[in-house]
Amino acid sequence: MRMLINVAETVVADALRGMAAAHPELTVDVENRVIVRRDAPVAGKVALVSGGGSGHEPLHGGFVGPGMLSAACPGEVFTSPVPDQMLRAAAAVDSGAGVLFIVKNYTGDVLNFDMAAELAEDEGIQIAKVLIDDDVAVTDSLYTAGRRGTGATLFVEKIAGAAAEEGRPLEQVEALARRVNENSRSFGVALSACTTPAKGSPTFELPPGELELGVGIHGEPGRERRAMMTSGEIAEFAVHAILDDFTPRNPVLVLVNGMGATPLLELYGFNAEVQRVLTQRGVPVARTLVGNYVTSLDMAGASVTLCQVDEELLRLWDAPVRTPGLRWGV
Amino acid sequence: MLDADFFRRWMTATAASVDREADRLTALDSPIGDADHGSNLRRGFTAVTAALGKEAPGTPGAVLVLAGRQLISTVGGASGPLYGTLLRRTGKALGDAAEVDEQRFAEALRAGVDAVMQLGGAAPGDKTMIDALVPAVDALAEGFAAARAAAGQGAEATTPLQARKGRASYLGERSIGHQDPGATSAALLVAALCTADGE
Repeated sequence: MRMLINVAETVVADALRGMAAAHPELTVDVENRVIVRRDAPVAGKVALVSGGGSGHEPLHGGFVGPGMLSAACPGEVFTSPVPDQMLRAAAAVDSGAGVLFIVKNYTGDVLNFDMAAELAEDEGIQIAKVLIDDDVAVTDSLYTAGRRGTGATLFVEKIAGAAAEEGRPLEQVEALARRVNENSRSFGVALSACTTPAKGSPTFELPPGELELGVGIHGEPGRERRAMMTSGEIAEFAVHAILDDFTPRNPVLVLVNGMGATPLLELYGFNAEVQRVLTQRGVPVARTLVGNYVTSLDMAGASVTLCQVDEELLRLWDAPVRTPGLRWGV
Repeated sequence: MLDADFFRRWMTATAASVDREADRLTALDSPIGDADHGSNLRRGFTAVTAALGKEAPGTPGAVLVLAGRQLISTVGGASGPLYGTLLRRTGKALGDAAEVDEQRFAEALRAGVDAVMQLGGAAPGDKTMIDALVPAVDALAEGFAAARAAAGQGAEATTPLQARKGRASYLGERSIGHQDPGATSAALLVAALCTADGE
């Protein structure tokens, strides 16, 4: 294993210390693992709290700041944070206007946020929750855990964050977050497995010349393995998988997201193919974001997320944002 | 009769066995999960042992409630709330008796397992910790050794199943052919009852 770390046990704490040093505009509580925007709580503003396992940076800590999240709770690598962290975060950012928990649909995240919501409500903090489940690679049924939450998390955090910044009440921010999730779909591919610090070796074996289709963001294998495809073929597979699931009637936001180890040169090339397929399928594109935003440690590969937007959602997407991982209009 | 000391020994024995088997749990979690089940549980049970060393709860119920709370506060993921709920709810069902007999314990553990099924929404056959815990509770009337055997068999029987809950469920049919790490760690917890009993 060659990693730029001290020991596996302190990876998250070490990263938070470095993040604190790089971003004085954030309050980073290294011991309790909570990242808060410096000016929180903002009077009259609904607070947004998200969190999940570490290893997906810049998600979520990198999206804390004006226009997006009020606080984030990083768990251990690929492990949901604990309710104590979420409770602490909610208490730090609540101005009395309530807190929206943005939760990716993984059993651990759901259970811990549910427990935290109960504890927060005991302390008089009003909590609303939105569950992100955009991954079309997962078969959804009553008898399964349901679809994973992946790239749509960024769209929800940005758009709901902008709405909260406008001073909208909790019910409206929650409804908007839900609308963004319902209008978002994702599909991911892996060109290599990732290596968690705790294990120190790749989480699965991927022979040269093969790829995994339909992966999530936790180093688990995807739905199927195939012989390596070209960027254009992968774009066709991913976009068709998404469009088989829903048909956008409006323009879409496009996120071409790197899993951590795929360079921008490849991601931009992949984006060219994604745009080609979208044009062929008659889907107009409103905005496009290309880069490593919802990562899976050092996994090579990419995911595509489409979010159908109306004028309101597009305006909120374009609204100013100032965070370590996403910044424009300011 | 089982006293607070027995339940402390149960937790200590679980911690020791999780520590010993952490690499195996993580290896089982690698093909169908994210390869951290062993290290996560080790972190939790280390905290449990430390907390029990600092406070010394006087009743069986208080020992398990404290242990469960520690797991919820330190493990994260799904294992934290699920194992934490198992121990907390078992502890609450034991009430504040200074000693409990084995039948009372079996009933309390069943209440704990029911709470886990409710929280996680899993049923037997979903390839989760429930597949070890339910047979263990059913066998507990015949003693700790019978429960250990039943939990072990239950864990092994998860291998041919397709996961329907938890992270392994995202793999669909590809989860078939791997023993479930959660059922395996649950079997360790049950087996530790025998160690606590002086076997």
